[in-house]
Amino acid sequence: MSTEARKPPAQIALKIRRVLGGKTGWNGIAVQLVFAAILGWIGYEIVSNARANLENQHIAGGFGFLRNNAGFDVNQTLISYTGSDTFLRVFVVGLLNTLVVSVVGVVFATVIGFVVALCRLSPNWLLSRVGEIYVELIRNLPLLFQILFWYLAVLAALPNPRQSISLFGIAFVSNRGLVIPRPIGESGFEAFLAVLAFGIVASLFLRFYTRRALFQRGQVIRIWPYVLGLLFGLPLVTTLVSGMPFTFELPQLKGFNFAGGSRIIPEFVALTLALSTYTAAFIAEIVRAGILSVHSGQMEAGASLGLSRGTTLRLIVVPQAMRVIVPPLTNQYLNLTKNSSLAVAIGYPDLVSVWAGTSLSQTGQAIEIIAMTMGVYLLISLLTSAIMSLYGWRVSRSLGA
Amino acid sequence: MSDITSSGYVRQDLLAERPAPVKTTGFVGLVRTRLLNSPTNILITIVSALLLWFTIVPAVKFLFVDAVWTGTDRAACLTENTGFVVGACWPYIQAKLPQLIYGFYPEAERWRVNLVLILAVLLLLPLLIPRLPAKAINASLFFFAFPVVAFFLLLGGGITGFGLSWTAGLLQLFDDSIIGAGQVLLSLSKTSAIAPLLWVLGHLIVLVGTAIYWLIFPLTWLRDQLESTGQSVWTDFAITTVVVSLIAFVVSGGVRTGWRPLGSTIMTFIAIAIVIKLMGLDHGGLPIVQTRLWGGLLVTLVVSVAGIVTSLPIGIALALGRRSTIPLIRIFSIAFIEFWRGVPLITVLFFATYMLPLFLPGNFTVDGLVRALIGIALFTGAYQAENVRGGLAAIPRGQSEASAALGLSWWKTTSLIVLPQALRHVIPNLVNSFISLFKDTSLVSIVALFDLLGSLRASFADPKWSAPSTLFTGFAFAGIIYFLFCFGMSRYSLFVEKRLNAHRRN
Repeated sequence: MSTEARKPPAQIALKIRRVLGGKTGWNGIAVQLVFAAILGWIGYEIVSNARANLENQHIAGGFGFLRNNAGFDVNQTLISYTGSDTFLRVFVVGLLNTLVVSVVGVVFATVIGFVVALCRLSPNWLLSRVGEIYVELIRNLPLLFQILFWYLAVLAALPNPRQSISLFGIAFVSNRGLVIPRPIGESGFEAFLAVLAFGIVASLFLRFYTRRALFQRGQVIRIWPYVLGLLFGLPLVTTLVSGMPFTFELPQLKGFNFAGGSRIIPEFVALTLALSTYTAAFIAEIVRAGILSVHSGQMEAGASLGLSRGTTLRLIVVPQAMRVIVPPLTNQYLNLTKNSSLAVAIGYPDLVSVWAGTSLSQTGQAIEIIAMTMGVYLLISLLTSAIMSLYGWRVSRSLGA
Repeated sequence: MSDITSSGYVRQDLLAERPAPVKTTGFVGLVRTRLLNSPTNILITIVSALLLWFTIVPAVKFLFVDAVWTGTDRAACLTENTGFVVGACWPYIQAKLPQLIYGFYPEAERWRVNLVLILAVLLLLPLLIPRLPAKAINASLFFFAFPVVAFFLLLGGGITGFGLSWTAGLLQLFDDSIIGAGQVLLSLSKTSAIAPLLWVLGHLIVLVGTAIYWLIFPLTWLRDQLESTGQSVWTDFAITTVVVSLIAFVVSGGVRTGWRPLGSTIMTFIAIAIVIKLMGLDHGGLPIVQTRLWGGLLVTLVVSVAGIVTSLPIGIALALGRRSTIPLIRIFSIAFIEFWRGVPLITVLFFATYMLPLFLPGNFTVDGLVRALIGIALFTGAYQAENVRGGLAAIPRGQSEASAALGLSWWKTTSLIVLPQALRHVIPNLVNSFISLFKDTSLVSIVALFDLLGSLRASFADPKWSAPSTLFTGFAFAGIIYFLFCFGMSRYSLFVEKRLNAHRRN
């Protein structure tokens, strides 16, 4: 009679079962097979129906239409574009317009959002009420409503160019948009750019060096006079030596419209205004929650170390609050980018408007065009979430968790 | 004892009363401590007061003081006729009010819209007040019965069959598709390189399709027989009732424990029969009102309520799928959620309007409103899935382990133990996403549906009312409606949140 231990059963089959079917094992595999069959059936139906429908409508599938002439004009282009350019170029023009309005909107939204958050956190009762009213009012109205309000009611109520509102005589606001001076490059432009780039790089290096000196040797080095000199003094000297880098072309009222200067179309103004004020209300709440999430003992501890209120905020509270603020803040930036697609309602030539709107109705290539449009937004949001998970990983690493 | 008063260190006379400490409570205290306590604060107070003065006073002046209250056309709202700078032009709203609420819904049929609204309020209010009983019945009425009743009330029309006919039709559609796929494979097998394989596969699929055809033949035959008689709805209804009740009876335990489910099933069917009879669905029902005539607040509410009712099941299913350990289902759920969350709603609406019709069979047309609803349901469903997932993650593992120890199956664990707790946790989040859904319904005006904002925009084009202040008046009116709805909902969500966290209050 042997007493030796029985061999454990072979693990390999169990492992395969686990990988293929999850906790439920063979049942899970059966469920998956049925699910795959249903998905396959739906996919087959979609493809066969789409093929039959396209045949009935005499539309040739594929991306060959991208090389055709677009034949329509776009009223704001960052790269040169005429009606005889291809649809591919229309796509790029729309994409760039979307990116421009998003970036400008993000900058303004962040500034307004932080200001409103500070208002809401202010010890002054009246100011915090003002901030609260702003947030509640903006958050509870649809964004499209706000875009249309700015575009149809406010901007359209502005006077025509002849009676336009002058801002210090250099910029003019009218119902045709905002006219601002246009910078024109002069002879000293390249030298100026080179020196400016050098100044920025050198300042960054200085900052990096002093941080290392501070953290490794405990040595405090004062660098702001050098940085000031590098960023402002050096370009100024270069300008004196090689002449003005650029001059401004001031807009002039000629007849019924402005000549010279560059015109920012009213659609852009309305969209940026609405997007940045709307997103700012959400950002304000995020920033406020972030700052409130830092325990009040941190502020008191800073004060007991003899730091001033500003220094405590800058060195102790804000870095801790940023950990809470950054992920939802990025989410709001992403939302702003996605919301910029509402441009189609007022005719700002963004991606959705010129591509999924005008190009779609001209070519009828619904599947390709909408897939491309969705793909662009999907790519942007996937990239952002990848960066955010990298950030989350770094934060958790720096916390030692 | 000696006279202590003679000691040098004992005070001989009473001190004068000190002044009372500065009041720090009440209105005066508020002014003192939080408005005027330092020069900077005084400055900030003055600036904020000026800010409020220059926004609120003109707004009030526009809405009330300078407003025109009566009139028949634009002449009443022109400065030349009134003699002062005209504020809000309320007669314009008065004239456009039916359009802003009902769109072009025929005037004689508007009682149907009102009835639906009243029903919605009657069902929703008890659902929102936590203290009232019978939440389960109430919720099932609101989420299942109400949408169907509202559909037949708003759209009109009747039914020609019931459960049996629908099942037969659906199965036949499915079977046709299978046989079609097999025939496509067979036709491909003439040219392809892997012809024998395709030939075998095609014949196999056609064989399966034919088998299914004969399997469901009794059902389709019965349906055809019913359709040839006059009373198809009621016969079909009776057959469905008997079949479904029997299934419920057997599934829930037969003679031992099946009596209660049998009773409730029969009661449900009696209720359905009463509704069918009341609305005359068996002989045509109410006159049909095409959805392109719908508009205004009606469309806004229909889209948002339909969105919440359809997105919640989608969201729960996706959230459970994302937490499942079965690889394919988990991957599918993640991809589905991330896809819809990564694209803007407006592209989803474009997708639903232009791309979806291409994916459906050619003889199958989908109404414009339904297309938008499908897009919104998928989009909101993905967001709800993330909300529900948050709730599921908040339930401790011990709960599901305990129920597994009691011998409950996965379905029972999920539906009886985990989901009820998880959903209760995320009510505030669900309400918040309902708020954003309500705001997002305004986007349907871009795909040619006339919701509140779309109707407003359309009403601006009316030359009869084109006056300088009509634009601002219209925006003010729509803004107030949107604000009231959204603000009310956000307060409700705060209230629920406070209630849920009552045990954590200190």
